[in-house]
This record gives sequence, structure tokens and C-alpha cells, in this order.
Amino acid sequence: MTDLLIELFSEEIPARMQTRAANDLKKLVTDGMVEAGLTYASAAAFSTPRRLTLTVEGMLDASPTTVEERKGPKADAPEKAIEGFLRGAGLTRDDLEERETPKGNIFFAKITKEGRPAAIIVAEVLERTIRNFPWPKSMRWGNGTLKWVRPLHSILCITSSEEGATVVPLEVDGIISGNTTRGHRFLSPDNITVNNFDDYTSKLKSAHVVLDAQERADAIWNDATNQAFATGFKVVEDAGLLTEVAGLVEWPVVLMGEIGEDFLGLPAEVLQTSMREHQKFFSVRNAKTGRIERFITVANRTTVDNGATILTGNQKVLSARLADAKFFWENDLRVAKSDMSVWLKSLENVTFHNKLGTQAELVNRMATLAHKLAPAVGADPDMAEKAARLAKADLSSEMVYEFPELQGLMGRYYIEASGEDAQIAAAAEEHYAPLGPSDDVPKAPVSITVSLAEKLEKLNGFWSIDEKPTGSKDPFALRRAALGIIRIAIENDLAISLNTVMPTEHAKDLLSFFHDRLKVYLKDQGIRYDIIDACIAMDGNDDINLLVKRARALSETLKTDDGKNLIQGFKRANNILSQAEAGDGVEYSYGADVKFAETEEERNLFGALDTSEVKIKPAMVAQDFASAMSAMATLRTPIDAFFEAVQINSDNPTVRRNRLNLLSRIRTVCSSVADLTKIEG
Amino acid sequence: MNSTTPRSFQEIILRLQGYWASKGCAILQPYDMEVGAGTFHPATTLRSLGSNPWAAAYVQPSRRPTDGRYGENPNRLQHYYQYQVLIKPSPPDLQELYLGSLAAIGVDMDLHDIRFVEDDWESPTLGAWGLGWEVWCDGMEVSQFTYFQQVGGHDCAPVSGELTYGLERLAMYILECDHVMDMPFNDPDAPIPLKYGDIFKQTEEEYARWNFDVANTEVLLRHFEEAEVECQAILSQAFDDPKTGKRIIMAHPAYDQCIKASHIFNLLDARGVISVTERQAYIGRVRTLSRQCADAFVQTRAGGFIEAAE
Repeated sequence: MTDLLIELFSEEIPARMQTRAANDLKKLVTDGMVEAGLTYASAAAFSTPRRLTLTVEGMLDASPTTVEERKGPKADAPEKAIEGFLRGAGLTRDDLEERETPKGNIFFAKITKEGRPAAIIVAEVLERTIRNFPWPKSMRWGNGTLKWVRPLHSILCITSSEEGATVVPLEVDGIISGNTTRGHRFLSPDNITVNNFDDYTSKLKSAHVVLDAQERADAIWNDATNQAFATGFKVVEDAGLLTEVAGLVEWPVVLMGEIGEDFLGLPAEVLQTSMREHQKFFSVRNAKTGRIERFITVANRTTVDNGATILTGNQKVLSARLADAKFFWENDLRVAKSDMSVWLKSLENVTFHNKLGTQAELVNRMATLAHKLAPAVGADPDMAEKAARLAKADLSSEMVYEFPELQGLMGRYYIEASGEDAQIAAAAEEHYAPLGPSDDVPKAPVSITVSLAEKLEKLNGFWSIDEKPTGSKDPFALRRAALGIIRIAIENDLAISLNTVMPTEHAKDLLSFFHDRLKVYLKDQGIRYDIIDACIAMDGNDDINLLVKRARALSETLKTDDGKNLIQGFKRANNILSQAEAGDGVEYSYGADVKFAETEEERNLFGALDTSEVKIKPAMVAQDFASAMSAMATLRTPIDAFFEAVQINSDNPTVRRNRLNLLSRIRTVCSSVADLTKIEG
Repeated sequence: MNSTTPRSFQEIILRLQGYWASKGCAILQPYDMEVGAGTFHPATTLRSLGSNPWAAAYVQPSRRPTDGRYGENPNRLQHYYQYQVLIKPSPPDLQELYLGSLAAIGVDMDLHDIRFVEDDWESPTLGAWGLGWEVWCDGMEVSQFTYFQQVGGHDCAPVSGELTYGLERLAMYILECDHVMDMPFNDPDAPIPLKYGDIFKQTEEEYARWNFDVANTEVLLRHFEEAEVECQAILSQAFDDPKTGKRIIMAHPAYDQCIKASHIFNLLDARGVISVTERQAYIGRVRTLSRQCADAFVQTRAGGFIEAAE
């Protein structure tokens, strides 16, 4: 058994690619080894900004020799067939053994694959891995043709056992493998000779390199939180930033600095975004006031002045950045307070989509729609319209130009500053929501209205130019918009008739798009497609919330015994009735009279129908589907008993007609709740 | 900082010139046209194409009309200087060479935190891209470091290594100035000491006003069209010059027109008369020109074309 250590040493690898690359290295090398018969006990991969490292323990010294027996042609087969077999197996005539079998004499061959030393296999696999490495983006350098994420400088590849270490000989485009690496670029730039993995990690650590990214991240976080805590501060958690920063350093040194007094008046989100995006700083809050007043930066080295120069430099850069942000903020506030129409005007120069006109035109249509939608949401129509007009104003602001991710939020700040109603300001921030399936939906009436208007307008627009999502392609996120509308309606319990806010030309098609999205959404909540179809078939199916209530009630009813059996009874009644109607050429829809009832079961059914009809009708008017459906489910017992006892096709035509009309009452009552013919099973 | 710290903006430039000259680069002069960045100098764009080796360094005055702040912002300027180095093929120790240049201009390598942070470079107008980094010194971007992969739609083989220093920001850092206008341009002890602001404060104001509010957009639009037409007219000429009988492909004069179109586009952009959709179309038109210039250049001797022996 031996251990294997590989290190690919290059110029700085982008932080976001390191973890994936280490995993790829592990997978490609170990898969290649195993495929070649070289098994191992365990493997682990690591990354730093300048290296990808793989350690494999308990690897075979060589792949085992394998013997495979292969059945060939019959002994009396034509010469050509035998030659073909020998060629295919890479054998000569002497290797063949003739054996008697029930099917005659047949040639058999033993193919022996000699095992190969680990070093040869590793060299082959590693070269192949380097040449075909799946970097998201790779490059050439100098005169070469090899591709790597950045120039590759050296390959460390050794096998080691108790007897010592041996270099696995290998060359890739002039880079010759060896047993050396280098330490930290500035703190320990000398070559290091390595014997095995433990030796490697400990020598690296002495050379100011922490190999394990998780260890670096943990060290950064511990040190950052400790430094902050010691002075009554708290680091704002940011897992993504932590991973990124751990990928930017080999020797992390945490430094905490103060944000200049001048900038503390900027919105917290602006401070945070500017520090994170531009400087990779963590934000640090004053535990007492909750304000962001400090930052944490992570240097890649120690210095004799304990980082004083580095911290001063970082502070200066931050001040320049924040001076810019402050410049934007103050200019924007000036516009917001004097006349925001300048921003609205400049939306006229921004194309929304070449077939759908400018952002300003989009906003106009949104405003009209918001005015129309407001009453159903319980918002003031004029306020909703105004909120829609202002919702995209911040797209013209300097801050959003600089930090697009602050759109909406800046809108809220600026509209508040302009003196508008807080509800209008909130709508600017909230109208983009929900952005994902787990994102909260707006709850305030004005925000809801603008959010609905924005999404509906988008759908209407793209439907009108026939740009619908197809397959996996949905470049304008129209599925997300439709799902957003669905969730807003359901979670706010809103009755909105979509048909009144969609142009008639495409209302039908767009509504069925909503229904498709709804099916996917409800399926995730355990409601079957056939149940939704049974509800879609009813009137009022453009009111998503109503549709969902009906579907939920039906789904619950169908979970009960009475519900399941009622469906059977209903279907039986419906089938008999349909056949009779088809045969007789008449519709049995009216005139069932209890006086023609001959049996107790028949009379009971009359009674039960009378009772349930009285309950169902008002419940349906009140959209109390649960009550309506439980009243319907009570019909199960009398219907079952009726079918048990009564023969529909009586010899007496009057009795027969009366019974068919009775079945028709079952159909009518049940169908007033949902189209049960769509239910499967 | 220690005794080798430079004392002025110009000393930093002179030291960079000295350093890269000592490393074997030809020290060129700025290109005599308005450009948005040092990359536009034909010594970079065109010379990165073809197989001929190349090593050049130069200062390039650069203009970005939209960045004008009337000289008020501490480090945003519509006219600024870049220092540009291009070496083809990129040498294996280019990172070390670069770090050596920082030491040469007074960055104490024992006190600062120098980092190579991913930054892929792409110039839609030049039809060019490369991979590399922003180089950070204590969190400040001091240079761009790029391995050119493609220019003008042509694969770069060999690959050039390109270094671009934003001189004002770098100098402000080394000279410890908080506002660019306060930075000493020449030696502060010179008989007539001049600060950056003495030279450029007024021009920043003048150009900011012109760029944002006054530049005649109709004239600019016409100039853009004219440059485009001229570029293509130059490139449509036969390779062989009827007068001298020599093969003279006019890649450089054509490329001048491409540079001109690109700068006019930047001015129009600053005037705010180009919509988002139009923007893409204009960029595409400039890119077409730069591609055609690159196509022409690789047909020339400097572009690696080998003429058949007579």
C-alpha cells in the first residue's frame, strides 16, 4: 500500500471556482485510478488561491493482474473467423485451448492483463485530468497550448510509504512533476520539499499556508466575531462572503476598522452592499445601537506593524467608495425632494423591450391596471395608481445605476424623502416580490396592487407579442410572474377575476397558463391534477383564490370514506342517466316526484336530496365549499342504499322516468359543487 | 514609507518607465488620439495579434466622459493616465515582474497586502477578452493584469500579458493623498511646485460641462458615421499600392478611424442621447470596425504575415 499526494500549483485561482475544482480533481483522478484497477482506502481534496491538492491513502502499489476467459469460435470454424477472433483478442494460435462441449469442440482463450505499477497509472490519469479539466473558464498563456484556469507552474506528484517518497514521473506541456512546492507568496516564497501528506500540510503551515479552506473560514469567523465582541460589536453573518474571502487568502489575518463618521448616515443597505460587493468587507454592527459602524477585512499576511498600514489603506479605499455612494445618495435625495418627475421622464429613454416600448410606457400601463385592480384588493385606486407610477422611478437614480441590486429599496427611501405616503413608498420596494418560491408576498393593499399590476402587465405584454415561455426557456421569468400572482391572491385571500384584467384576445390562453402554474403549485401541496381539473371546469375559474378554495375542499372531501364512495355513486348515477338519455333521446332533468317512489330507500333518497340541497345552495353562494361538500358527502349512504335496493329500469315507464329524474337530481346537486366526472378512479 | 518613496506623480511615472526599460521593454510614447484606455493604443490592440514577439510600455492619457465630476470627486476624472505594459509571449514570471514594479515605485512589500482578485476582462468594442485579475493593494485596485485570449475576433497565439496601472489612484495611494487634486505633480520642493489640481482642476470642469451638457450631438453623430465610412473605405483598398507597387495594407490608418468612432460613442453616451437598445447597436458597429482592422493587421508583416520570396 502507498499514499499519493498531488498538488497543482498555479497563479491565483478565482475564489468562486476553488471548491468545485478540488472536488473535480478528486473525482477525476480517483475515478481514473479505480477504472484502471487501482483501488484505494480514502481520498480528500483541498484548495487555496494558488493550489489544488489531492491526497489518496491506502492505494494499491499496482493494479492486480487479471485473467479473463473468452469463448471463441468452433474448432471447425472457417479460418477467417478464427483469425478474426485472435485479432480481436490480441492473441496467437498457441494461446487457444480446444475444449469439448455439448455443442461441439470450441476454442477458448485466456486473456491475461498484467497489472501495472501505480506510478504509471497515476501519471496517465493525472495527465488526462489536467488536459481535460472542467474549469468554467480556462486560458492559454505564453507560447503554450495547454489550458488551465490561470498559468500552471508546477506539478507535485509523489507516492509515499514507510520506505520514503518517490516522484511519479510525468510531463505536461513542459511542466515536469516533482516533490517540491512553494509557501506563501510573500511570507515564505522558498521551495519546500515534501515527503507525504502530513509532512506537506505541516510544512505548508510553517510556510504560512493553511491548506484547508474550511479551516481558513473557521479561523476568519472566530477571529472576526471575537474581535467584534470584545468591543461590544457584532459581525453581520454572510456565509457566501466568508467562503469567498477564505478563497482569497492562504494566511488569513482579520482586521477591524471604523467607517468614517461622515458615512454613518447612509442607509445600512448601501453601506453593506458597497462594502461587500466592492471591498469584500464584513459589516459590523454596534450591538447597542444596531447601526453598522465598523468593518472587518481579511488580509493575506502578517506584517511588522500588525496590519496598521493595511488597515489604513483599506479604510481609505472604503472612504473613497462611500464618498461616491454619498455623492449619489445626496444627489438622488435632492431630486427626490424637489421633483421626481425628472426620473420618470428619463424612463422614456430606457427600452423595456423592443416590441413593448419604453419603461415609461410600461409604467403607464401598470398605473392604469393598478387603478382598476385596487378595489378588489381593498386599496385606494388613486393611491395605487400613484404608487405604480413611482414604483420604477429609482431605476433612474444614480445609486441604483451604481448598485442595481438596491432597486426597489432605494425607491422606498427616495419616495419617503419626497414626502409621499408611506404606503406608496413601501410599494416601490415590495412590488418586485415575490422573487422566488420562498420569498414573502406583499401584504399591504397598495403594495399588493402594484405587485399584481406589474406582473399582470408583464404577462399581458409578452402574450400580446407572442413571447411565451417554451420548454426550459423563460427569459423574461413569466412563470415566476404568474406564480407570484397566484401566491399573492391565495395568501392574501383576494377575489380577483383575472378575465377582467386580461385583454380578450389572449385571455383564454393566458388563463390556461395560470391554471398550469396553479396545478404545479397545488401538486406540491398534495392536491391531485384531476381534482384541480374538476374545479377548473366550473364557473369563476378565473378567480384563482376561489378555485383553490374549491380544490382544497374537494381534496379534503375525497380523503373521507363518504367522499370516495360518493364519487362512485355519482358516477354510477351519471352513467346510467347518460346511457338512458342517449337511448331515449330525451334529457331527464325535471319532475322527479316522491309520490311515485315505491321503496323506503327511494323515499329516503328524496328526503336526503331535499335536505342537502337546502344546505348546499346557500353554502355555495357564501363560497363555503367545505360545508357544501360535506352536505354532498352525506348523500353517500342514501345513494348507496338506493342502488342496492332499487332497479332503475322498472317495467312501469312512469316509475322508470321518475327514477331517472331522481338520478338527474343527484347529478345536478353534485355538479353544482365541482365537475365530478373529471375525478379519476 | 521609507526613503525610496517617490515624492510626486511624475516621479512614479519616471520610475515605471525606468523599471520596464530595465526589463527590456520598448518605452513608447502615448498615442496621439483620444482613447478610453491604454488598451486602445495600437501598440496593444494590434500588436497583440500575430506571432511576432513584442514588449512595450507607455503612458496613455485616457478619456472617459461619463466619469467627469467637475474635479470634485477625490478620484474620478474624465481625463486620467494609464500606464500600460504589453509583453508577448507572456513570460512565466510576469507576476513577479509586476510585483517588482510595485516595489520600484515605493510600495513596501513587507507592509502591504497585495492580492490577485479574479477579474475577467472583456472589451465589447474591441471584440477582445482575456482572463486575469484586478490587483489589490490593501483593498484598493491598483492594476489590471490580463492574459489576452482574443482580440478583434482573432485568437491570440502566442498569448500577450497585459498590465494596466491606473496612475492617479496608484500615485495617490503611494503619495498618501486623499484628493487627486492635492497630489504633487512635480517635486514639492521644486522652485515652482505644481499640484495635480493646478494642471487639471480647471480642465476637468471645462470638459465635464462640455461632455455632459454642451457637446453638439448632431455633429458627433455625423462624425461617428464619417469615421465608420472612412474606416471601411480604407480597408476596401487593394493590398498592393498602385503608386509604389508595394504591398501596403493600411491597417493603422483604418484603426485610427475605429478609435475615433469609439471615442465619439463615449461622448454621445455621456450626453445621454443613446438608449439602451441603441447602445448595443453602436457597440456592435465599433466592434465590426475593430474586427476588420484586426483582419487587415494580420495580413501585414508586423501582424506576422510572411510574404512569399520574390
